[in-house]
Amino acid sequence: MNEEKRSVGAAVRKVDSMQLLTGQPVYVDDLPEPHGCLVVKLLRSPHANAMIEEIDASAAMQIPGVVAVFTYKDVPAERYTEAGQTYPETSPHDRLILDRHLRHVGDPVALIAAENEDAAEAALDAVKVKYTVLPAVLDFHTAMDNETLVHPEDDWHALCPFTGGDPKRNICASGVEGEGDVEKVLSECDIVLEHPFHIKAVNQVPMETFRTMCDFDSNGRLHITSSTQIVFHVRRIVAHALGIPKTSIVVEKPRIGGGFGAKQTAVSEVYPAFVSWMTKRPSKLVFTRKESLEAGSPRHEMELTVRLGAMRDGTIRAIDMNVLSNAGAYGEHSWAIAGLTAHKSIPLYTSGLEAFGFKFNVVYTNRQSSGAYRGFGATQGMFAVESTVNELADKLGMDPLEIRLKNSVKEGAMMPAYYHETATSCNLDGCLEKCAEQFGWKEKFPVRVMPDGKIRAAGMAMTMQGSCISGIDVGSATVRLDDGGSYCLMIGAADMGTGCDTILSQILSDCMECPLENITISGANTDRSPYDSGSYASSTTFVTGKAVTMAAEELIEKMKALASKILGIPAEQLVFEKNAVYTQDHTKCITAAELADASMNGNEIPMEVTRSHTNPTSPPPFMAGMVEIELDPETGSVKILNYNAVVDCGTVINPALARIQAEGGIVQGIGMALTEDINYDAKGNLSENSLMKYRIPTRLETGRLHVDFAPSYEAMGPFGAKSIGEIVINTPAPALAHAIYRATGKWFRSLPITPERIVMEKGD
Amino acid sequence: MEIKFLLNKKPVSLEAEPSMPLIDLLRSLGMKSVKCGCENTVCGLCTVLLDEVPVLSCSVPAARADGHSVMTLEGLKAEAEEFVGFIADQGADQCGFCNPGYVMNTIALLRENPDPTDEEIREYLAGNLCRCSGYEGQVRGIRNYLNAKKEGRL
Repeated sequence: MNEEKRSVGAAVRKVDSMQLLTGQPVYVDDLPEPHGCLVVKLLRSPHANAMIEEIDASAAMQIPGVVAVFTYKDVPAERYTEAGQTYPETSPHDRLILDRHLRHVGDPVALIAAENEDAAEAALDAVKVKYTVLPAVLDFHTAMDNETLVHPEDDWHALCPFTGGDPKRNICASGVEGEGDVEKVLSECDIVLEHPFHIKAVNQVPMETFRTMCDFDSNGRLHITSSTQIVFHVRRIVAHALGIPKTSIVVEKPRIGGGFGAKQTAVSEVYPAFVSWMTKRPSKLVFTRKESLEAGSPRHEMELTVRLGAMRDGTIRAIDMNVLSNAGAYGEHSWAIAGLTAHKSIPLYTSGLEAFGFKFNVVYTNRQSSGAYRGFGATQGMFAVESTVNELADKLGMDPLEIRLKNSVKEGAMMPAYYHETATSCNLDGCLEKCAEQFGWKEKFPVRVMPDGKIRAAGMAMTMQGSCISGIDVGSATVRLDDGGSYCLMIGAADMGTGCDTILSQILSDCMECPLENITISGANTDRSPYDSGSYASSTTFVTGKAVTMAAEELIEKMKALASKILGIPAEQLVFEKNAVYTQDHTKCITAAELADASMNGNEIPMEVTRSHTNPTSPPPFMAGMVEIELDPETGSVKILNYNAVVDCGTVINPALARIQAEGGIVQGIGMALTEDINYDAKGNLSENSLMKYRIPTRLETGRLHVDFAPSYEAMGPFGAKSIGEIVINTPAPALAHAIYRATGKWFRSLPITPERIVMEKGD
Repeated sequence: MEIKFLLNKKPVSLEAEPSMPLIDLLRSLGMKSVKCGCENTVCGLCTVLLDEVPVLSCSVPAARADGHSVMTLEGLKAEAEEFVGFIADQGADQCGFCNPGYVMNTIALLRENPDPTDEEIREYLAGNLCRCSGYEGQVRGIRNYLNAKKEGRL
């Protein structure tokens, strides 16, 4: 088709842009409330580890407007997980809707349903609870084999035995992997670096907190409208938790006010679902920001010890990683996230690598449960490995760019640490070289002291991620020919602001060779959408996008079959071009609009196709990031001047949206590196429980961002595309730690690197 | 108390608790563009214009609207539509949840200073948090709008 008319590669606006930018009511809490909708609130535990001895809701029930107070006595006894994962989940079933045993400050004690906000608030104060406070495991270093057990109950169970959990030792999950003789190779290396790195349980902070509304459809089924990335998993999770048939539930999402993985866990859905099921009334739960920070699904706190062995010429021969991860009170996503620390960092250095080792333990503690956060463990692993490589370059007196080019994975290489998958498309070196040129690495890497005493310095990192969970994630698309030669695209993937509704429409538009305006898109709804695992694991463009192309191809065949009947010419002799079916000599044509009309008039050929797709591998996107800072040695303040990044996400479907993904991810990464702190007091209370204390970056703290692309072509992806959603958060932490080292001579191996620490501490 | 005020230029009169946050009052009147992101004056999502001045409606008691004029994005859609398309062209709307707040503040900025520099845009909007976009696309969008306006391309 005409190249300049193509949708793929064009920076088109998101299909929902003008609705969002003019403030239309499109989010859960903006939608019309069903009549008599109850306000749901959670009474939360003030203790990190406690048993409920007595709970008395009689006074609360006397408050006018209070409709119900539910306690652990009222809920099903079957444990479940909130993790949005393909069944059987690798996360242990370790939760009840309400439990007598409270495992962290913020764990739900009672569930209140009232006619209005004031009555619900009053009821929170009126429920009388007597607790037996138990010793709490707050420091994850002390969790394993601690005499205090976070999950002493006998009905804890793991659906996947290979996840290595042992709750009697406070171990949520564990694993050992490796290839080659790491110890032997390390012993032969000229230089071995070994350090522990520490990353805290930073929060995603989608601007819209967790929220869910429930009512009943015309058939009396529980209808859940939620801010979620995972409608189909939510249906299953709620059915398990409530012990009700899956057929009695329908889940849909309206627009979502940001997810970043937070909403890959069913954090809020189960509670109003239970209230509505029990009271047979509509209900809604909106988390406060404090609740979202204290009882959400943040990143896993981790300590990662990296041992890296290299030769004097910079050849990296072995990497060994030992990870201690903090699940918090419940095990959502814990096993999978721990795995990615090594799976997505070590393969970057495949070229000269002879051996790798990887061991992880995920422990339970009495802190809030962790979950999925953009990067999903890779972010933690990357900080450790990339920082170690920067130190190696420094110790060897090599340029950190050169040491990376020397060891980086090349296209066609088999990556033993990446499930033995091959880098079928890889332009990592191209990313590094282009980034260095655009950033001015040669000029900016030398440390410069400015006339006012401030120090300018630079740092870098490279990274990879995946483009789905290999062989597991399922993406589906239903494409229907509609009136006027337009197409209705139905998906179960969840656009959480990233623009996948637009990206998938662009893909379909090119398949059908029709204008983007001819595509309408709807999703996600468990009744109406084809099955999709959900929008996570960087899978939507790559997996669901491919399903769109497959559905389009099949629909074209059906359109040809219909045209064949009308024209009386065999379908094999027809071609599809520019949204029409032609004879090979182009003398006869029947347009999609005409076929649509014909399809609704005495026709038996369905003009609707659903295709599902899964990919056996997860082709990694690659990226380089370089940062220039100005550090004030008197105050320790770090000002970001420039942040350059070059991404290989395969074909860039929409350059504007891809660029914003990169810019947004970089700024989130900057927050994790410099300002977003997490501290608990001795009783297990989170200090940073408001946005006043939990400091996400403002627009004055980002520096100038420069994003570009160095695409490879991934033959398995739609139009050659891979993923971009997660990889973009990975480079800031190691690049900034590198620049700060260059400016101060101090390596900081724990985050965040605050001005106080830069001035007061010697480094880690 | 009885609160009488102009909401998007139309007179409104109702009974409300004087201490009720203005955001709750506005949302109860159907002004769903007004969003709550933090509850304590940090995020800027709840920005509305009180007598033309941008305020954080989560920290303004409803009583303070009595006898005054309140504008929300519902009442300023046409003014917003002059420039928000340029932000859409950058893909910087993203999840959209923070959009009404910074669009309102951008309207206030452009009324106060019709030709701001990029630095002035960043400083004026510094109190409007966004977690998706990394901010720079919003600035590029506003810059492109200002350039288009100057060059007579609107």
